[in-house]
Amino acid sequence: MEGDIAQMGKFIGAGLATIGLGGAGIGVGHIAGNFLAGALRNPSAAPGQMANLFVGIAFAEALGIFSFLIALLLLFAV
Amino acid sequence: MATTATEAVATGAEHAEKTGLPQLDFATFPNQIFWLAVTLVIIYLVLTRVALPRIGAVLAERSGTITNDLAAAEEFKQKAVQAERAYNDALTMARGEAAKIVASAKADIQKDLDKAIAKADADIAAKAVESEAKITEIKAGALDAITEVAKDTARELVIALGGKADAKSITAAVAARLKG
Amino acid sequence: MAGEETSKLNIHPMEQFIVKPLFGGDTIHWYTPTNVTLWMGIAVLVMIALLVLGTSRRSIIPSRLQSVGEMLYGFIHNMVEEVTGHDGIKYFPYVMTLFMFVVLANLLGLIPMAFATTSHFAVTATLAMLVFLSVTILGFAKQGIGFLGMFWVSSAPLVLRPVLALIEIISYFVRPLSHSIRLGGNVMAGHAVIKVFAGFAGALGVASVVPILSIAAIYGLELLVAVVQAYVFTILTCVYLRDAVGGAHH
Repeated sequence: MEGDIAQMGKFIGAGLATIGLGGAGIGVGHIAGNFLAGALRNPSAAPGQMANLFVGIAFAEALGIFSFLIALLLLFAV
Repeated sequence: MATTATEAVATGAEHAEKTGLPQLDFATFPNQIFWLAVTLVIIYLVLTRVALPRIGAVLAERSGTITNDLAAAEEFKQKAVQAERAYNDALTMARGEAAKIVASAKADIQKDLDKAIAKADADIAAKAVESEAKITEIKAGALDAITEVAKDTARELVIALGGKADAKSITAAVAARLKG
Repeated sequence: MAGEETSKLNIHPMEQFIVKPLFGGDTIHWYTPTNVTLWMGIAVLVMIALLVLGTSRRSIIPSRLQSVGEMLYGFIHNMVEEVTGHDGIKYFPYVMTLFMFVVLANLLGLIPMAFATTSHFAVTATLAMLVFLSVTILGFAKQGIGFLGMFWVSSAPLVLRPVLALIEIISYFVRPLSHSIRLGGNVMAGHAVIKVFAGFAGALGVASVVPILSIAAIYGLELLVAVVQAYVFTILTCVYLRDAVGGAHH
């Protein structure tokens, strides 16, 4: 395995791809934080918006999961 | 198609990393999709034929029962309110009756009392008249007796003093003295 | 990678996802009973126990199992009614089927030594394609060619509309991809992380208390993720169905 530049490139690429998960973290945190801020201002409206909260988190998270998938593909499939 | 790919699975766990991600082992895809289809069809059939209608019926029955119970409770409440009203009416009526009875009893008592008082007054008046008559009689008796005693005493005195006891003058003198 | 003799770590995070025939043999034909079959069958049995046996007494005052079944029923029924509107209520059994399968497969996959069927893209992609195809067919059946109006944003300026239409079409076709990768990726990632920590625990000796405690914490998180991902998968199905039945456009 030593000296295998392609292998090295794979690992480096996979590591770089995981940076994308940070973006998902930022997005999910942003949504959850804003939801909490809104919910504290108007607690009575909060339960009705739980569905929207989860849908938003799901959309934000999906993009992070894509980069996780890229990492996996680089590691195992290429 | 199957032979090349199944090789990877067959070689087993120790080579899993080298042969790639199990998720991307396309040889297992038909198998998984087939069993997924079977599972979904079974779940769908069980849900639509048995589970969902039953749960829906139970929920509907429960909400029906709750509605009925609420209606019954409302009815009972109405009945209770009616009973309370009837009770209050009866109570008011009884109070009126009692007040009437009390009033009539009071009137009766007052009448009896008045009668008794009147009778007592009459008795007292009669007795007083009688007593007055007696007192007058006794007074008159006493006056006579005094006059008699005075005459006798006067006569005795006159005799003792050596005068003549003239009955007529003595009587006149005593009468004048008694008047005076 | 981990196969080298010099490495102390013996971590095979992806081994748990291998599809194996149940009764020996090497070849996997499309009909071969595998561990996929086993765990999907267990999911079906749990579903039957929960929703059929649990409610068999049909009591007005529910037992514990029956109230769990009724809670699931009410939860999904409300979700379908709220998200897709009144027209969507007739697709409730379809949505309920998807939800029951996904939530049970996710939770059963978390049992130690179990096989997580929803960690495989073959499964999640089939589910997502099922939703995608049914929504597309239903949309055209219900609204005819008017279903394409979904991509033509009439509230935007005329110049921007073709661009927006392109974006909308791309996002429409990315839906099954994100729908399936989200579920499969979450489940796979969680299970792989637990396995990696388990590998640390094997190598650290006495200090393995730390990774074991971490596994307990991650396991709790994964329980939450399992339920939330099933919820998200179901509610996105409802959201897509709303486009198809054309009710309640914002």
